[in-house]
Amino acid sequence: MSITAESLRNKLTAEMGAVHVEVEDTTTDHCSTSFKVLIVCPQFEGKPLLQRHRMVNTCLAEELKEIHAFEQKTLTPEQWEKQKAE
Amino acid sequence: MNHLFRLSAGLLRSGTSGLYRRGPVPEGHVSLVVARLFSSEPENSELGQLIKKDKVVVFIKGTPAQPMCGFSNAVVQILRMHGVDDYASYNVLEDQDLRQGVKNFSNWPTIPQVYFNGEFVGGCDILLQMHQNGDLVEELKKLGIHSALLDANKDEQKK
Repeated sequence: MSITAESLRNKLTAEMGAVHVEVEDTTTDHCSTSFKVLIVCPQFEGKPLLQRHRMVNTCLAEELKEIHAFEQKTLTPEQWEKQKAE
Repeated sequence: MNHLFRLSAGLLRSGTSGLYRRGPVPEGHVSLVVARLFSSEPENSELGQLIKKDKVVVFIKGTPAQPMCGFSNAVVQILRMHGVDDYASYNVLEDQDLRQGVKNFSNWPTIPQVYFNGEFVGGCDILLQMHQNGDLVEELKKLGIHSALLDANKDEQKK
């Protein structure tokens, strides 16, 4: 399985119903497969940070076995709009 | 014993150095040390005990004096900013069984990992966001730890 920013983005969008996903391949910063993702998903509403991150971890369980370092930012659509406005 | 072998074999899927190999077993490399560490009752296992021994427990790459990874360093720096310097820190680079074991225990794929009062908090991202939105000060207060940043703010207001 070859993991690319594209494949991660597609999976997150398809399986989590994310409305906005940004995936950055940070491999060059860390000497081994690493990604940084921003996920905006209405399903995050009302959930604490840990639960949101666990949802993402579950969605990408297969990929995470190969990924060495993983950063994630999880926002609801409302938080995303607010952040964009800042 | 079979269920222990199956459990350990699963834990060792990522491979270990075989330091603790003790003779032929059905699934190949099984570490009896690991089997002891990760019994079928996780809460009572050694890791379960370890995370409850101290209020703040972190599993990082390296040590607080010398972190060996940017994310682990971030955790150490954030704790330092809040004046938290009395915490338990475990270097997963020293022990491959611990490195994989803690990932299985927390059901969390990466290091660093932070525990407050025996409860998993998250990794570097979560700690950073808690630090930025003020939640970390609150969580430390619940642990009975007075964040140094509260004093810093008071000084700011006096000026």
